[in-house]
Amino acid sequence: MSKLRRVAMIGAGLTKFGEHWNLSFRELGTEAAIKAVENSNIDGKEIEAMYIGCMASGRFVGQEHIGALVADQLGLNPIPSTRVEAACASGGLALRTGYLSIASGEHDIVAVGGIEKMTEVTTAEAGFALGGAGDQETELFHGATFPALYALLAKVHMKQFGTTEEQMAAVSVKNHKNAVHNPIAQFRKEISIEQVMKSGYVATPLKLLDCSPISDGAAAVILAEIGLAKKLCENPVEIIGSTHATDSLALTGRKSLTELNATKVASAQLFHQTGLTPKDIDMAEVHDCFSIAEILAIEDIGFFKKGQGGPATEQGKTALDGEIAINPSGGLKGCGHPVGATGVKQAAEMFQQLRGEAGGRQVKEAEIGLTHNVGGSGATCVMHAFRLMENR
Amino acid sequence: MSDGLALNWRRIPERYAMKGNHCTNCKQDYFPSRMICPNCRRKGHLVSKDMPRIGKIVSYTKVMVGPSGFENEGNYYLALIDLGSGAKVLSQIVDSDEQDIHIGASVKKMFRKIGEVEEKGAITYGYKFKVVKPLTEDQVEALKEKNKK
Repeated sequence: MSKLRRVAMIGAGLTKFGEHWNLSFRELGTEAAIKAVENSNIDGKEIEAMYIGCMASGRFVGQEHIGALVADQLGLNPIPSTRVEAACASGGLALRTGYLSIASGEHDIVAVGGIEKMTEVTTAEAGFALGGAGDQETELFHGATFPALYALLAKVHMKQFGTTEEQMAAVSVKNHKNAVHNPIAQFRKEISIEQVMKSGYVATPLKLLDCSPISDGAAAVILAEIGLAKKLCENPVEIIGSTHATDSLALTGRKSLTELNATKVASAQLFHQTGLTPKDIDMAEVHDCFSIAEILAIEDIGFFKKGQGGPATEQGKTALDGEIAINPSGGLKGCGHPVGATGVKQAAEMFQQLRGEAGGRQVKEAEIGLTHNVGGSGATCVMHAFRLMENR
Repeated sequence: MSDGLALNWRRIPERYAMKGNHCTNCKQDYFPSRMICPNCRRKGHLVSKDMPRIGKIVSYTKVMVGPSGFENEGNYYLALIDLGSGAKVLSQIVDSDEQDIHIGASVKKMFRKIGEVEEKGAITYGYKFKVVKPLTEDQVEALKEKNKK
């Protein structure tokens, strides 16, 4: 990292996540970007480049070429504007791309966005579009859905470590509880273990309330080189680490089914990069597209031993006031999962948390936070670490 | 379901006969076949190989809500199957009693209809697997009797 310039977030903006019948794809992206610019107290003309995470606008709304489109909507043409795609990790990868563009010295101020508009199509069509995050020819062709792929991982975890359906349900219950205090969350209401257990199976052992929803939404953050960030902003949040790892798209190519190797590699590199250990982290936004995915994440990152993610969640260790707050925003389950926006939303949540602006879901005395954004069933993992800057 | 006819046609050897390949350098099997061996890359040497037609279930799930193209399938089982040769395959499990589908169960390859290429009306075929149960003692005895004759 030594040759790279330091980078910080100076503003964040989010639309509400949920079903936006009255807003189009371009309007969602524009709303989040305007909020981020206003939040960062810049005019907008300082923005030198844009990076936008989006998984499948072509399948969801028939629109490609969204880099130039969003730049136009914001009155920012002719700046370079790039779409970044890595399935559900598109947002996280857009953030990393924006980070590297400043760290490398190419730009001083950039905007990073994430947008997905998923409710214009039927649930079956959305399922097919999302299926493209897996292996089209050997998984989707045979009738695999995303819940089915994670169900296959869950089944092995249950067999090997005794993880129970109730422990997985506890992930959803905790994330809904956090989402109650998040004004942009799709589901601002608590659910019980019984409700999760009684919700119908989608792909055994995963039930409807183990699954993140189909959502519309957008998120944006403004990044600046650290010296500039200090001038523009009273309390910027520094990105102190950024990593990215990949694995086979298909589950059949994985060496192990009880862990996501991309998470293991990205987190090991992140801890190496920052000199931190899992114990130094106060809170994390992890990729809980399904309840089992959060259990895998908190084990693979190293917050809990392999096999202990389920019991730890059941015992409240990952609650807002637990050993480590996991998904204070409500996660993908409670807050909603507009796939391309999720990775940027995670960073926006860290921005608000570290500045003490998270209201009822504020993690107390949080100094260091981490984000974990996964694409597909684990073929991409993008991670970032954040710390509030001691300004002045 | 993608409706490209050529997309399905070019996969016929893979889907009908489970043709994969094998690296003579590191002895690893690949299914579907690959252009280069990911272990050995340029030092590898890949030759065509039919995959074993039997394997064991590594994990399974009962899919209650299918994606487009599978709306009319009802509930179906999907499993990850270890072919015992270094390769795994994801496939539907059919023609099997529910209580026989479990991790570790032996399965064998079947040839079945997979789906329809919607607009052009072509039907896609390929592999599905069924559970093979070990013979009961009575069945073994009966077979022995039969063989004597």
